[in-house]
Formats: sequence, C-alpha cells, structure tokens
Amino acid sequence: MTESDGRPEPDLLLAEASRDGRGRLKIFLGAAPGVGKTFAMLEAAARRSDEGVDVVVAVVETHGRTETEALLRNLAVQPRRPVHYRGRILSEMDIDALIARRPALALIDELAHTNAPESRHEKRWQDVEDALAAGIDVYTTLNVQHIETLNDTVARITGVRVRETVPDRIIEEADEIELIDLPPEELLARMRAGKVYMQDQAVRAVQNFFAKGNLTALRELAMRAAADRVDAQLREHMAINAIPGPWPAQERILVCINESPSARDAIRVAKRSADRARAQWLALSVTSSRAEALSDEEKDRLAAALRLAERLGAEIATIEAEHDVAQEILDFARRRNVRRIILGRPRAVGFLARLFGESVTRTLLRIGAEFEITLTSKQPDTQPDKPRSAPKLRLAARTEPKGYIAAVLCVAAATALCMAAEAAFPVASLSVIFMTGVIVVASGFGRGPALATAGLSFLAYNFFFTAPRYTFSVIKEADIVTLGLFVMASIITGNLAARLRERVDAQRAIVDRTNKLYNFSRRVAVAASFDDAVWAAVSHVATTLECQSILLAPNAAGVLEIAGGFPPEDELPLRDMSAATYSWERGEPAGHGSGTLPAAQWFFLPIRTAERRLGVVGIRYEDARSFSPVDRRLLEALVDQVALALERIRLNEDLEETRLASETERLRTALLSSVSHDLRTPLVSIIGAAGSLAEPAAGLTDAGRISLAQTIQEEGQRLDRYIQNLLDMTRLGHGALKPKLVPTDLADLVGAARQRLRDPLRDHKLAIDMANDMAPVHIDPILTEQVIVNILDNAAKYAPAGTTITITARVDGARAVLSIADEGPGIPLEAQDRVFDIFYRVDSGDQQRAGTGLGLAICKGLIEAQGGSIRAESASADGSGTRIVITLPLDNPEWPA
Amino acid sequence: MTTGARILIVDDEAPIRRFLRVALEAEGHTVTEAASAREGIDRAALDNPSAVILDLGLPDADGITVLQAIRGWSALPVLVLSVRSDEAGKVAALDAGAQDYVVKPFSVQELLARLRGLLRDRATTASPSAVIDVGPLSIDAAVRSVTVSGNAVKLTRKEFDILWLLASHAGRLVTQDMILRAVWGEAHTEDSQYLRVYIRQIRTKIGDDAANPKFIFTEPGVGYRFCTH
Repeated sequence: MTESDGRPEPDLLLAEASRDGRGRLKIFLGAAPGVGKTFAMLEAAARRSDEGVDVVVAVVETHGRTETEALLRNLAVQPRRPVHYRGRILSEMDIDALIARRPALALIDELAHTNAPESRHEKRWQDVEDALAAGIDVYTTLNVQHIETLNDTVARITGVRVRETVPDRIIEEADEIELIDLPPEELLARMRAGKVYMQDQAVRAVQNFFAKGNLTALRELAMRAAADRVDAQLREHMAINAIPGPWPAQERILVCINESPSARDAIRVAKRSADRARAQWLALSVTSSRAEALSDEEKDRLAAALRLAERLGAEIATIEAEHDVAQEILDFARRRNVRRIILGRPRAVGFLARLFGESVTRTLLRIGAEFEITLTSKQPDTQPDKPRSAPKLRLAARTEPKGYIAAVLCVAAATALCMAAEAAFPVASLSVIFMTGVIVVASGFGRGPALATAGLSFLAYNFFFTAPRYTFSVIKEADIVTLGLFVMASIITGNLAARLRERVDAQRAIVDRTNKLYNFSRRVAVAASFDDAVWAAVSHVATTLECQSILLAPNAAGVLEIAGGFPPEDELPLRDMSAATYSWERGEPAGHGSGTLPAAQWFFLPIRTAERRLGVVGIRYEDARSFSPVDRRLLEALVDQVALALERIRLNEDLEETRLASETERLRTALLSSVSHDLRTPLVSIIGAAGSLAEPAAGLTDAGRISLAQTIQEEGQRLDRYIQNLLDMTRLGHGALKPKLVPTDLADLVGAARQRLRDPLRDHKLAIDMANDMAPVHIDPILTEQVIVNILDNAAKYAPAGTTITITARVDGARAVLSIADEGPGIPLEAQDRVFDIFYRVDSGDQQRAGTGLGLAICKGLIEAQGGSIRAESASADGSGTRIVITLPLDNPEWPA
Repeated sequence: MTTGARILIVDDEAPIRRFLRVALEAEGHTVTEAASAREGIDRAALDNPSAVILDLGLPDADGITVLQAIRGWSALPVLVLSVRSDEAGKVAALDAGAQDYVVKPFSVQELLARLRGLLRDRATTASPSAVIDVGPLSIDAAVRSVTVSGNAVKLTRKEFDILWLLASHAGRLVTQDMILRAVWGEAHTEDSQYLRVYIRQIRTKIGDDAANPKFIFTEPGVGYRFCTH
C-alpha cells in the first residue's frame, strides 16, 4: 500500500474484489451507552424492511426501553439459542440458524459482546465475520471504548477498563460507519430520566464513567474514530484508483514483547503507530533458556501478548538469543527493514541487577542509534496488578527448593571442612573452600542458589572463622578486606558459573529441538505414501510436544476426516470436529486456547502451503492446559514441515496421475489412428468389391467375380482378426482374463493353429521339430493357441512366400521352450524389446504391412497371464529372420507323459 | 439325406439370416427363420426342422434357453453360432446338448460342412455302418479291428472305443465330456488328462501327428474332431 508508481495496488483491489459475495457491515458507533445506537439501527433496519429487504433481528438488547421494543415489533426476530452455563440459562444469538436462514440483512447488537462458553466463537464479532462471509449484510452497534487500540486511552480518561474489545480490523473493514452522536448534556438528562441501562453491580463505576468530562472526551474519541475511518476510506479510494499521493516510504514497525504486563501497552502503541503510518508491523519475542524459568503466569502473559499482536494484525516472529539479545533484535530489525522499534519501558532496576550487566533496553538505546526507538509510557494499572517479579535479573527464577537446600548443605559441608582444615591452613585461605562451594552450587543450580550460597558462606565464614569468633563482628582490617573480596569474588564466579550453565542448558535445548526437527524432516522425507507421512507427522508431534495429536485431511469428496492420530483416534466430538473444519476452511487456528470455539478439547492448526490447504493438525494435552509460545512455535515449525511433506507426496501423486493420463492419452491417440486406419482399409476393399458384384460391369468375367468375392472374404477375415485383437487387448487390460490352466500337449495346439491358418499359410513351408512324447505344459490351451496363431500369422505376413517357418519345442529344466522362426527381414536389435509394446510397429519406411501393432502385445499379455514369458530375437547371425521364443511352465511331472 | 432338409435359422441379425438363406437354399434346403428366442422355440416346435442353426446372442433370451427348450422334446441337431471371445458360452452350449459350433465370422463353406456332418450323422444313426474307411485307415466295429494301409494296429479296448466314437461322428465335434461319459462312464467326466494321454497313444499307433494331423484334429479346450476328407 505504499508503492508510488501510480498503479492500483493489487492487495487493495483483491480486498475490494473479495468483498463481492461478502456481506456488508455497517457499524452504528457511539461514544457511550445510551446515546441511541440500537434505536438508530432499528430505525434504519425498519426503513430497509419497508423497501422490501429481508431483515432479521438476530440479537437486539432493548433493555426494556419501550420505544425500542415498539420498533422491534415490525421486524422478524430470530429466536435466541438457550445456553446452559453453571446452572443459569443464558440466551445467545443463534449464529448457525442465522446462516442457515440467510437473510439479506441481519441486526446483531453489541458487537463487543463475549459469548457464553461452548459457543461457536468466543466473541460476537467473530460470529459477525462468519455472517458476513456467508454473504449476509450486518448492522451492528459499538461503543468507542470497545475498540481495541482505544481501550487504553479510554481507560486512562475514565479509569474504567472494559474487557470486551473488538479488533480495529473489524472497524477498518466495515463498509459504513454511522456515528450516533448525542451531546453529553442530553445523555446525562436521559440517564437521569432512567433511560440509560446500567448493570446494577457497576453503578458506581458507571456513574464515574458518566461524568461530563469523560463523556466529552469519549464523544471526541468517537468522532475521531469515525473521522479516521472517513480518512481511511479516502486514502483507500485514492490507492484503488491509483491517485498519486504522498505515500510514506516503506516502513516497518517492530514491537518487542516480553512477559511483562507492559507488553500489551507496547502492542497497542505499535498498532496505533502502524495505522497512522500505514505501515506493516511486526511483534518480536525473544526466547532463551530464561523462557524456561518463567512462571506459568508469565508464560500465559507472553502467550496472550503474542495472540493480541496477531489479532491486531501484526506479523509474529520469535528469535532465540542467549546473550547479546539487543544485538539480535537489531539484526532482526535490519533484516526486516524496520525503522522504528517500540519497547515497553522497563521497570526500575536495582543495584544488584546493574552489577550483572546492562538491561536489554539500555543496550538497545546505546547501540541502536540508527533506529527510532520508542519506550512506551508507563500505563496506569487500572486492573489490579499481580505482584511484580524482578524483570531483568531473576534472582528467584528457579524456585525449586532443591537449589537452596543444596546451598545450605554445601555451606554446612564447607564449614565442617574448614574446621577440620583450620589447624593446617591459615584462616584467610579457608575462604577458597567456601568459594568452591559457591561455584559448585552455581554450576549445578543456577544463579539464585549460588547467591544464597555466597551469602551463607559469608555469614558462616564471618561467624566461625574471623576474630572474634562466633560473632558477626569483625576486628581485623585484613579480615574485612578478605570478606569483601570473598563476597565480590563469589558473586562474580557464581554468576559466571550460572551463566555458563544456562548457556549449556539453552544450547542443549536448541540442539534437542534441532534434532527433533531434523529427525522429523528425515522421517517425513522418506515417507513414500500419504499415510506414511501422516503417521510420521502425528507420532512425531505427539512425542515432541508430549501430547495427543491428530491429523485430518480432506477425503476424495473434499470432506475433512481423520487421517491419523497418535494414539489412534477414530472419532472427534462434534465440537472439535467443528473447530477442525473451521480451521481448515479459514486457514486459521481454532479450538482449545484459541479465539474460535475455545470450548473444544483440541487445538487445531491448518496445514497449508502457498498452493493449497492440505488439512489440519490437532493437539490435546491430557491436563487440558494451553501450550506455551515455544511449543506453539515448535508445533508451527513441525506443521510447516508436514505441509511440505504432504505437498510433496500430493505433487508426486499428481505427477503420477499426469503421467498416467498422458500415457492413456498416447494410447488413445494410437488406438484412434489404428482404428481409423486398420478398420477402414479392409472396409474400402470390401465395399468396393461388393459394389462391383452388386452392379457388375458388362465385361466382368467369372474369374473376376470370384476374385472380387475372395477379396471380400479375405478382407473380412482381416477385419475380424483386428477386432478380435482389440477385444483380447480389452480383456487383458481389464484383468477379465482368467486363464484355465490344464496339462496340454503343445503339438495339439500347433496342429490346431495351422488348421485355423490354412489359408494364410498356403504359400509357406512349415518345419516342425518337436518330440512326439514331449512332456505336457501347464497352460490355458485356448489362449496359447491364440498366441501361436498370432505369431504364425505374423510370420506368414512378413516372411516372403516360399520361405520356411520353423516351429521347435523342447524341454529346458522345468519349462518348455517353444520357438517360431521365419525367414523374413527380421526385427532390428533395438526394437526387439519394443515389438511387444502396444501399438508398436517396426518402422519400415513408407511401406507398411497390414497390421495393428496389437498382435504381439496381446501375445505377451496372454503368455504372461499364464506364467510364461515371450521374447523376440534374430533367427540368424546376419540379423535376418525373426524368432519368437516362448517359455511356458511344464505340467506337474507326475502326469504320465 | 444331406440335401433337401428343413433348416431353422435363429438369429436376430437380418443380414446373417439373409446370406444363410441364400447359401442353404442353393444347397437345396428349405429355410425357416426366427429373429428371437421366443419365435425360435415356436418355430422349432411347429415347423419340425431337420436341424437348427442357433445364435447364442439373442435379444430376448440367451440362445442356451432355446437349446434347452428344444432338448425338452427333441434331439434334433443344433449347430451353435458363437463368438470367439466367448469360450465359456460355447462350452456351455455343447454341454447343454448342441452338436457342434462355428465361430463367427465363419465362411459359408465351413458352416455347410458342419451342417452336412450333422445331417449325415442323423441319417446314419438309424443304421450305423460297421466299417469306417478314411484314407489308409480302416476301422471295423464288428471285430474291433483297426488297419492302417492294410497293416493291423493293436489298440486296447478303451483306445478302440475312443477311436470308434470319433470316427462314427466324423466331421463332428466330439467334446471331451462326451468321450469320457461314453468310454469311462458318468463318474469320470473330470479325468480329461487320461483322455489326452489316450489320444496321444491312438495317434501314435495309427500314424497320426498331433502337430500336423490327418485323422484326429484337436479343438483346444473343447474336444476332438475326426476328419471327413
């Protein structure tokens, strides 16, 4: 949206195009409850209804206002859906019924509403999106404080933070916004007259909220939001119509997210900045070994922050960095052409923390001079905040008591050791023993226990070994220096050892992760079939994330169904199936822990590549927890690989299909040309000869008449052979051929074949070389006779008249070898394999004998169907003559020969 | 009585009936036609034909149905017209009592030769000749002796029975089933392997060559035919 070459922007045009078929959204925006949004919406709807538009009230809260209720009476109202929740019955909008009903216009009040659990979506605005996607126009109402990015501002103005927010995207994508404006005085008057609905429990807060100053500020915000929207429409119009304007340079904004509560504020600031600059924005979270040490609460906060950023339209990125976090962030920013970096302001950092190094924020400010770095202002904590944990240096991060127990034990051991060694060594050097303890604990349990060990060691050393003993006071200056140095040294070494340990842990985690990904890619890369890949995917996801996993893919009919699960799963509850289908259709995550159908047990991620949607992967934890951002990233990486693997297999299948299709196409073409040539040629002779006989010319002699009749007969027989070949080929191709294998004498078949070929073989001599008492073969006599007929016929056709055709048969081990040799021109060496291919004919220049290229292919098919083999070779050393060699299984030797 | 017979043609293809009528009438036969199975059964019952030429593929019913109906009251010769890819149908028709078959397309000469065999057979069943002479081969049923060019050939009892069965049905197809039934009895119809071995021995003894037969011709998978020329 920032190109300046005067062409319409493709994205915008696409967005515009995608609105076709989509319903139109109109938002009635107000500054505060009670300004009359619902009323205005109903009035507008009534007008549309009068115009003949099919209007349905999907959900409207009248809050008992009579004039509003009066308006409702003239409109079709869709029944609500009762929802049982914790013993209460809530009534919710029935989105399924609405979409099934498909009115032209639906009225859906209070866009920011949060649905009852178990609903299709968590939020009503998601329902509205579904309705729009179904092609239904929607009228809805919204108060300005529910707009996601204005949420903070409103909270700051009024001191009341609303939990129900609507992403700005919805407002931006609305086709029309109507500002319902009411001067604060009138609103207050209405309120005093009891015309404004208030929830009982919040009366006080609401009364604060409705202070005149607040109302004025909110009104201004609402007006600005509406004006922004007009502005956006204008800009969009200019962009779509390629009106050159002062488009800002391509700029990206990066917001760094961590687990601190200020992340949400930073995200909102980034979103607003990005909107103002019409820039893309990215949300970056940096993970390290530290991420493992976060409390569950912090993990949730980080995950929520990432989700928020995603919802607000940011591109999400995660990088891993163990040290030089600032440098990594800057590298990332440079790579992604980021100009501006937004960070939450760090909390006050204590003296101890400074000792261990600069905060990331400070480093960024120091080395990132080329970037515009914004620290967000500290937001008032309108929500009762949780107790703060130290932000940068987490002394108590590893809360396992094991480390501290080890600290105490270590100090006790060191003290005991020192007491034993006291006699032999100067007191001052005993500190080394304590120091060793610090290093051991640091490397084994990390920073917190290391510092505890240092502290305890200091006290123990002071108490037991410095004069005056068994007190905490110190007399000698040298001891003071020793103690001071000891504390310094132990803190530094402890910290170093702990860092080393963390780095090793992190490295191990990274190696572990890389290994898992590598193993998986290796496994999935060798998966030959779709099922193999599915199995590799589900088993790997399950073992890697220690959860249950499932993969759903569309079946042949395009309906999503379970393709595999680990452990195997045959059926999903309806709710989970809906979530899976939603995820598949929309290409978005759905189910447990997501914004859509969160009541589902499974969480689903779509598997897709740029080309197509391949299915969804679902995971479920036994204990129904949601999973960490790290796991989510890992899952996404795995799913990406699954997508690639499945895509590869699908492509292979497509390729195979294409190859088969082209082979089929080639055969079809060959068949067509063969049919048109080989069927027509005999017919030409037959029709011509028959015509001459039917209306004989005056000079037609008897000999001529007989010759014409013979032509008809011979050509007719040729046609018959050809059709028989086609039929045989079809039988072979369809596997309809079921050979009936019986012991048979080859001589019988040769005799029968030459009987059938009396006419074609007239002009050739036949030499037969086979033993009278040759062992019988185990074959289908009818099929094999057909083969011998085809080969003898070929020989008669290609070998010149007067030459000899030699038939020999002998026993070779457990098989009989029958060969038929002619003295024709022979088959070139390179063609000897291919003569058995369907429709293959040896190219012999212009002159082409009558033949279909089917005969030998059929022979091969028939012989192989009986467990025999057939090949062609030259009959003589000079390459002339053709010998067809057929190998057939001998019959059970127990039969009498 | 191989001419002047009354022949019924059951085939739904008018062109086939037409050329068969022309060829058969040229031989001196009288021809009646039927275009469907139902009509074929009626005509066979009403017209008292000497032989029936029956197509297996009829529009209203299988040709076998017609054959079975005819066999319900008569043993008159039936020649079946079959198509080559339908070996099973052909064998079923022979099992159901058809005397012989020709494979479509066939030459008129071939059909007439088969028909001649059937009609002669019918003419001779009443008084079977005791001696059959074919070229150098002479078979005497009364004394059960066989000579080739005047030299006596020693055949076993079964070999002679087989040879006599084939020779007395000269020109006609004799199915494996028929031979087994006639020579070995009803219980041995599955033992076609013995038959193959016996035929081979007979051929050797009478100086016939399977690969280039003079007397006994093999119909692969179906049976044997004794030569008529």
